[in-house]
Amino acid sequence: MSDIAERVKKIVIEHLGVDAEKVTDTASFIDDLGADSLDTVELVMAFEEEFGTEIPDDAAETIQTVGDAVSFLTKAAS
Amino acid sequence: MRRVVVTGLGMVSPLGNGVETTWSNILAGKSGAKRPTGFETDDLACRVACQLPLGDGTNGTFNPDDVLPVKEQRKIDPFIVYAIAAADEALADANWKPESYEDQIVSGVMIGSGIGGLLGIEKAAYDLQEKGPRRISPFFIPGRLINLASGYVSIRHGLKGPNHAVVTACSTGAHAIGDAARLIALGDADVMVAGGTESPIGRLALAGFAACRALSTNFNDTPEKASRPYDKDRDGFVMGEGAGVVVLEEYEHAKARGAKIYAEVIGYGMSGDAYHITAPSEDGDGAFRCMSAAMKRAGITPDQIDYVNAHGTSTPLGDEIELRAIERLVGDAADGLTMSSTKSAVGHLLGAAGAVEAIFSILAIRDQIAPATLNLDNPSVDTKIDLVPHTPKKMDIKVVLSNSFGFGGTNASLILRAVD
Repeated sequence: MSDIAERVKKIVIEHLGVDAEKVTDTASFIDDLGADSLDTVELVMAFEEEFGTEIPDDAAETIQTVGDAVSFLTKAAS
Repeated sequence: MRRVVVTGLGMVSPLGNGVETTWSNILAGKSGAKRPTGFETDDLACRVACQLPLGDGTNGTFNPDDVLPVKEQRKIDPFIVYAIAAADEALADANWKPESYEDQIVSGVMIGSGIGGLLGIEKAAYDLQEKGPRRISPFFIPGRLINLASGYVSIRHGLKGPNHAVVTACSTGAHAIGDAARLIALGDADVMVAGGTESPIGRLALAGFAACRALSTNFNDTPEKASRPYDKDRDGFVMGEGAGVVVLEEYEHAKARGAKIYAEVIGYGMSGDAYHITAPSEDGDGAFRCMSAAMKRAGITPDQIDYVNAHGTSTPLGDEIELRAIERLVGDAADGLTMSSTKSAVGHLLGAAGAVEAIFSILAIRDQIAPATLNLDNPSVDTKIDLVPHTPKKMDIKVVLSNSFGFGGTNASLILRAVD
């Protein structure tokens, strides 16, 4: 697992208070991990802080799963 | 109007988690005042406060993790956590678990707070300054709004009736119970979860109230001596935190389901001083009219009041003004009257004060005992009223008056009576 994926999963586990095994690439924040719309806003803020990047609102709306976040942040880092 | 009774009690206070823990500590003469921890205090004029005894939940300590997961606690200020804890206890005590839609829509919430999420607002202001607007959490607003205590409690217990919140400074808790009782009396609800909650203790609130010259500053080295209502050495109040919540219920509704009935809310009075933003009117006119209105509503005479749980904050001005107003109210009956201030033990819980004191008043009726006024070594005034210095007093108590007066000149009095 990439370093970025590790860090994303750590943030998701911490912010949503979910078990590590539930945080798979395909897990949807809202449908699988119990987040509501405000939780997802806060998650995106946590990603921005961890990775020192800015995620515009239209991009943030496309980040629905753990995998979406990893691929967005991987692209942003390259 | 319909009769309203109290069927459940809940509390978190500086003297412990839960109603019975707090009450037994009060009757044991304990003080919750200490040097506050968790922030820098060296440069503060007042270095005394009554903080909740945090711990693992044993021995009467309060463990917020028993109330909400850490992840949820992070979103909200402690005043909401305290309200949830007190409401959980009160609803369990009342054995009221509305599961049908019909029961839910007649059950409401009215929990207020004097200040709300001051701690979270202070922190967010730093974040805004240092990190910019994109770092402000989506939970910043909903976790600080005063009515979100009522909101969280309603969501947690499925209470779909009136959802309201009182904000009247130090009268909040008493107004919430009085107003909620009115809603039941008028038929807007059959059950109301009502009270007050507060979590102000930090540098900002201690600096702000000290600037108003409202806090004690002469007892920083002997914190347990600082809250001393009616004593000649009193020099201001001691800030407290916590929550008090009661379950109010329409009398026939409570009887029909066999609920335990603690007391009836027979009187509620309100008034405004129209005098000064922080000082009480010197002639005690606001307090007098407030108590008179409650007595008129209750349909009782002054000699029927057995015990008064005073506002009695330990400020130089306020205590004597209230005392004189009560003497004027009861006249010759002052001789047989008993009055004390439990703020001498738990401090001043601001928006929660009126609610925890209503609960102490109810327990005084239940246990036939008036709690003491601690630290009352030398009363600053002569009075025929027994101010219960140092030790509680066993006595017959049927009718209790509880006073709360707040900044802005807002006054509330509740009268509670034992139900035969």
